[in-house]
Amino acid sequence: MSELKFTKDHEWVRLDGDVATVGITDHAQTALGDVVFVELPEVGREVAAGEACAVVESVKAASDIYAPIAGKIVEVNGALSDNPGLVNASALDEGWFFRIEPTDPAAVADLMDETAYAAYLETL
Amino acid sequence: MTELKTTPLDALHRRLGARMVPFAGYAMPVQYTGIMAEHAQCRSKAALFDVSHMGQGVLTGEGAAAALERLTPADVAGLKPNRQRYALLTAEDGGILDDFMVANMGDRLFLVVNAACKDEDFAHIEAHLPAGVRLAVWTDRALIALQGPAAEGVMARLGPAAVVLPFMGVAEVAIAGIPCLVSRSGYTGEDGFEISAPAAEAERLADTLLADPDVAPAGLGARDSLRLEAGLCLYGNDIDRTTSPVEAALTWTIGKRRRSEWSFPGAARIRHELENGTSRLRVGILPEGRAPARAHTTIHAADGTQIGEITSGGFGPTLNAPVAMGYVRRDLSADGTAVALAVRGRMLPARIAPMPFVPHRYKR
Repeated sequence: MSELKFTKDHEWVRLDGDVATVGITDHAQTALGDVVFVELPEVGREVAAGEACAVVESVKAASDIYAPIAGKIVEVNGALSDNPGLVNASALDEGWFFRIEPTDPAAVADLMDETAYAAYLETL
Repeated sequence: MTELKTTPLDALHRRLGARMVPFAGYAMPVQYTGIMAEHAQCRSKAALFDVSHMGQGVLTGEGAAAALERLTPADVAGLKPNRQRYALLTAEDGGILDDFMVANMGDRLFLVVNAACKDEDFAHIEAHLPAGVRLAVWTDRALIALQGPAAEGVMARLGPAAVVLPFMGVAEVAIAGIPCLVSRSGYTGEDGFEISAPAAEAERLADTLLADPDVAPAGLGARDSLRLEAGLCLYGNDIDRTTSPVEAALTWTIGKRRRSEWSFPGAARIRHELENGTSRLRVGILPEGRAPARAHTTIHAADGTQIGEITSGGFGPTLNAPVAMGYVRRDLSADGTAVALAVRGRMLPARIAPMPFVPHRYKR
């Protein structure tokens, strides 16, 4: 399994072969609070880097989830429909949102690594 | 940015690890462990809320009730001693300036008003008082809500004199030796108490209540989801200066006697609306599916015409489903009417539904 990369919007990305899995970080799920609904993108949709493509709703508010890299959505986590709480319980694993086939797999390497993300959180 | 005010329980919130947010000019706890857990705690046991940001005041003097009736359609003069009532401050044009609680404490009226409105409310009341009636704003008091089915048992142990109070009863009660003004009321739909206590004793009082194994703290997040499930209005969202008591389905707050005298602000509009109906009404709305529809979501008829707007919407943890309330055209306000909610460019099916969404469990 390859290393996790992170965005300033608090998404994580893991590139396995030519497919990247995307979710939100533990920091993000803690800040959101109890997740009650997740709206996922259509499989097959082409997204630009930074494009809002999913929505996560907590009891209090709705928040956009952005595509960390450009590419095509190839799979979404159907388990979140029945159990959106997976985002809180297992943000970095079972609570993944969608898988994306990157237009440029090298774009993932440009994202923050764990150390850089931890340093970024310190600045917030 | 102006400095946030703090309540007398600020140190307690920080000690309990609350997540603090600005609300109505105060630093307030939005949650301690999580909104879902705190909501469930209130429905199953007892939750303690700090609502000290709300305004508390006392009217004294001959004619205090009559003076207040010049500002509200509620029957204040007919309020029996040791009883409290939910009431509205209305404007001359029939809009709602605030909703508040008024209690008859024998020789005085005790008022609780919304935090965001309190300065304006008290100035408004003060400006309309006749000679001989005085308003004292209580700035050195805390207000603590203890809500939930276990609240009665907790009170039986710590302030037994409060247990005999029926819903909307009020009395001076010592809790753990602290002199408090206790009403059997709340904002959750559950049985419970609202406790006004001296600021200096507030933290000790809260700690005493929290030491009971049935009690846990809950923040503004759970308070909002609880009141929404209970169908209770939030001032500024569901009612404001543009909504009348009739449109807001709060006609029941207008005293019977007041409806023959018509001697309150906005009486002309309110009388007209009572006789002829309004063009819109506040209703409950149950979205189908799991997606919450938030405030300002537009509501549409089957043909796509906009018929209203959601004023409060979110997720109801007890219902385990999204819930909302809002205003719709009166001809489409009947329970069961199918409507559509415009959420993120899509039309989500929903139905007009009776409130409360979760039955009230008051001790009448």
